[in-house]
Amino acid sequence: MNVLEDAGRDTVGLLEYTGGVANLLGESAGFIGRLRIRVKETLDQAYFLGVGSWSIVLLTSLFTGMVFSLESALQAVRYGIGGFVGGAVSYAVIRELGPMLTAVVVAGRAGAAIAAEFGSMVVTEQIEALLSLGLSPIRMLVVPRLVALIVMLPVLTAIADLISCLGGMWIAQIYAHISYGSFIDSARAALPLGDLPRSLIKSVVFAIIIVAIGSYQGLKTRGGAAGVGKATTGAVVISIILIFVFNFALSAVLFQN
Amino acid sequence: MTRPLFARLEDVGVRYGPKVVMQNLTLDIVEGAITCIIGLSGAGKSTILRLLNGLKQPDSGRVFVHGKDLTTMRKNDLIEMRRSIGFSFQFAALFDSLSIGDNVALPLRENTKMKEADILRLVEDTLDAVGLAHIMDRFPSELSGGMVKRAGFARAVISKPAAVLYDEPTTGLDPIITHLLTDTIVRLRRQLNGTAVVVSHDLESIYLMADYVAMLFEGAIIAYGTVDEIKSSINPIVQQFLQGSEVGPIPI
Repeated sequence: MNVLEDAGRDTVGLLEYTGGVANLLGESAGFIGRLRIRVKETLDQAYFLGVGSWSIVLLTSLFTGMVFSLESALQAVRYGIGGFVGGAVSYAVIRELGPMLTAVVVAGRAGAAIAAEFGSMVVTEQIEALLSLGLSPIRMLVVPRLVALIVMLPVLTAIADLISCLGGMWIAQIYAHISYGSFIDSARAALPLGDLPRSLIKSVVFAIIIVAIGSYQGLKTRGGAAGVGKATTGAVVISIILIFVFNFALSAVLFQN
Repeated sequence: MTRPLFARLEDVGVRYGPKVVMQNLTLDIVEGAITCIIGLSGAGKSTILRLLNGLKQPDSGRVFVHGKDLTTMRKNDLIEMRRSIGFSFQFAALFDSLSIGDNVALPLRENTKMKEADILRLVEDTLDAVGLAHIMDRFPSELSGGMVKRAGFARAVISKPAAVLYDEPTTGLDPIITHLLTDTIVRLRRQLNGTAVVVSHDLESIYLMADYVAMLFEGAIIAYGTVDEIKSSINPIVQQFLQGSEVGPIPI
């Protein structure tokens, strides 16, 4: 019986959570649709969430491209297919690794920051204060972050894609003596032109996931400082899981026809 | 003659999980008066304030403000209603990313079409009324507890609300600041010509400012009246509370 009870409770909890996040996104979309966007706050958030994440995105993407090239280039040369390394690296980076790893890094930084900030605001009654003034926390807090990250995450992803490919190209030249020209030709041949915009669609979806989960976790914080910690951890873990799940689903939809 | 009511809680029941905080609670808040709510810690006094501006919905019963039932009100009407009621939180709940001036200006900037120059003038006047005109550009973390509370008062009253709800306005403050805040509440109520509901443990302040006092005990109002009527209540629970005695019917 306990197993059934637990399963029932978890199912209700999951439905409640999904409904809560959907409701938050629906309200946000309503404000965005009516152009009720706080411009200054959105620009501040674009700077904090986007520009502020630039250095860690740059480092992670550079080393991802480099290690992918290191592992593949030597093997490829050994089997006489060194001319395909540029294609392999750019294909993997632009379709999968770039959008996903950038989103994971930003979820760790920005998603956690959103959940912690909103959680602290709940604990110190600032969210209730907004409501008591007749103001919507969704419009005041969630919408600026959502708009900012929807714009900034694709930009970060495009930069990450470029840096990864450059890192991969450099390592392929150093370790496997694959020329820059050969690498670029291979990348051009392997990668359809539409793949980059399609991969940026992924980034938009990931941005929505990061802000929606971070905001929901923060706004549902209960129980003081410990609650803020739980909300923050939960925001990062759930966002990352959803990024992986949606990455698979989006790859299936965007790239398999 | 019966005075008009600002609000009425009617047979209200509230639970937090398994804990019953209020059961069949009925309370009238008289228009244009200062009503103070007293009671033990955790009795649900602050919950009454949250019921009065719709931040909390009761599990049973009804809450009327100016004759309108908050429990059946549409969301947009509830938001409009909240804008006509100021709320001063226990720890002020100022937005820590905004300066004091911006905190106080926020309801005007977001809820009205006033010009920025007019907003700034009104913010200055309101901060001046609570003795804080000189700290507009400072942030909440740079202020003392008493100053933060007064800034919270200023934000609560800047829209000239019909009523202001004060949650523990003097708790944890020294006697001089306590006296200053008590005076401020009385003065602001008079200036706004509105209603004030104050939740407090501070009996001295309550005796100075209250027109009516309601005592909350075990989820119900067990005494209600003027300060003199409450002081002379024959209810042993009220007397034990007022005297701060350990001996009596209140379980400790």
